[in-house]
Amino acid sequence: MALKGNLRDFSVTQLLNLINLARKTGVLTIESDGTTARMYFREGRLLHASIAGQDDQLTAILQKAGKITPEQAQIIRTRSQVHTDKELGLLLINAGYLSQDDILSSVKQHVLDVVYYLFPFAEGRFHFEPDQLPPADRITVSLDLESIIMEGSRRIKEWERLHEELPDLDVALKFAERPRTPLRHINLNVDEWRVISFINGRNTIRQIAQHNGMGEFQIRKIVYGLLAAGLVELVEPAEQKRRAEAVPAGGPAQPAKPPVKRNVIMRIIDRIRRI
Amino acid sequence: MQNVKIVITGPFAAGKTEFIRSISEIDVVSTERRISDNSRVVKEETTVAMDFGRITIDQDLVLYLFGTPGQKRFDFMWEILSEGMLGFVLMVDSTKSETFREARQILDVFKKYAGVPFVVAANKQDLPDAWSPEDLRIALRINSDVKVLPCVARDKESVKHVLLELLYTILETLEEGVS
Repeated sequence: MALKGNLRDFSVTQLLNLINLARKTGVLTIESDGTTARMYFREGRLLHASIAGQDDQLTAILQKAGKITPEQAQIIRTRSQVHTDKELGLLLINAGYLSQDDILSSVKQHVLDVVYYLFPFAEGRFHFEPDQLPPADRITVSLDLESIIMEGSRRIKEWERLHEELPDLDVALKFAERPRTPLRHINLNVDEWRVISFINGRNTIRQIAQHNGMGEFQIRKIVYGLLAAGLVELVEPAEQKRRAEAVPAGGPAQPAKPPVKRNVIMRIIDRIRRI
Repeated sequence: MQNVKIVITGPFAAGKTEFIRSISEIDVVSTERRISDNSRVVKEETTVAMDFGRITIDQDLVLYLFGTPGQKRFDFMWEILSEGMLGFVLMVDSTKSETFREARQILDVFKKYAGVPFVVAANKQDLPDAWSPEDLRIALRINSDVKVLPCVARDKESVKHVLLELLYTILETLEEGVS
């Protein structure tokens, strides 16, 4: 099933969150203001990213990363007998010019540069095509999306978007029951850690902001990043009430009991089955 | 005679009226009006107060299905309609990602009105661009203990399935309350 939509309604952060949580494999294409970008994923991990019209051959990537000089890049382009990035990478490693780490770190930085460039896009079409992998000749990486989502969320500048995503500051936060990545694998800054230290299922976002002397924009940005990365969850109103009333914990909060007896529901079920 | 009700809510043009029409034993008492604003490109008429369907359970019991108006300017009706409901269905047009944010906001409002059980119906699953229920769950940030069900609102069997799943959830809530 292809996913289509507009970034106005579903942001890059949300798309990466969806791909991460659903562990999707395929290519996400974003078209915005004359730019067409593609990001490839395997089981929710980022493999490759490129922007149409930009030179993303290995030679250009290594030059951009400062691993080779413009002159060396020119020599490779004109004299090299190899035709693919993978062949060129092997040639450079075998000749002792560069290490495998030099090449992979350069490709990783290139991929991240593309993704972070796309984060602020607020308009444009997106389209996810499942099961498509990068061209076989490309060198790929395999990057966790949680850290990328956190970093991307730090770059959000629009108050309106944050307000829409997190309209209510009077809800409490709890840690996700099954985060895919432990906190220690994520690069959090000092302010994010300060917020994390107050999360206990009872403190509301507003209280956490007050404790830390943070403004609404700052706390929204941090909490949105933690939510989008799947590290924390909002506490449902019923659960929040239960926690606030300090009823002894005993499993998840239950919804309010409907105002009828079991027998009534059984009769309705029986009738609907026979329709 | 005991009357009980289930509310069908969701964004504009999600398929609420069609859902009720598919299963109601009476012609749906619909308060649809021709649309006078930009929403007209999506559909010609919309529900301004409520849709109203009925299923007679037996001699002593009637189930009413209430559809809320989808357009935001009629949201003052939501609280009135939600009073005393057994549970609710959040209808979402799975092909229109531009309505997901609104669906989430409606859900937050309804959860505050009454903490009754609910299910999410991922409507228009017969269309090629429909987001899967699993993707909708993530997009709408629906907890894993809430059912997100595939739905085609004009198909009676599909509507029955959604209503039955909601009723099973209500039943579980009642039984958990007992134990």
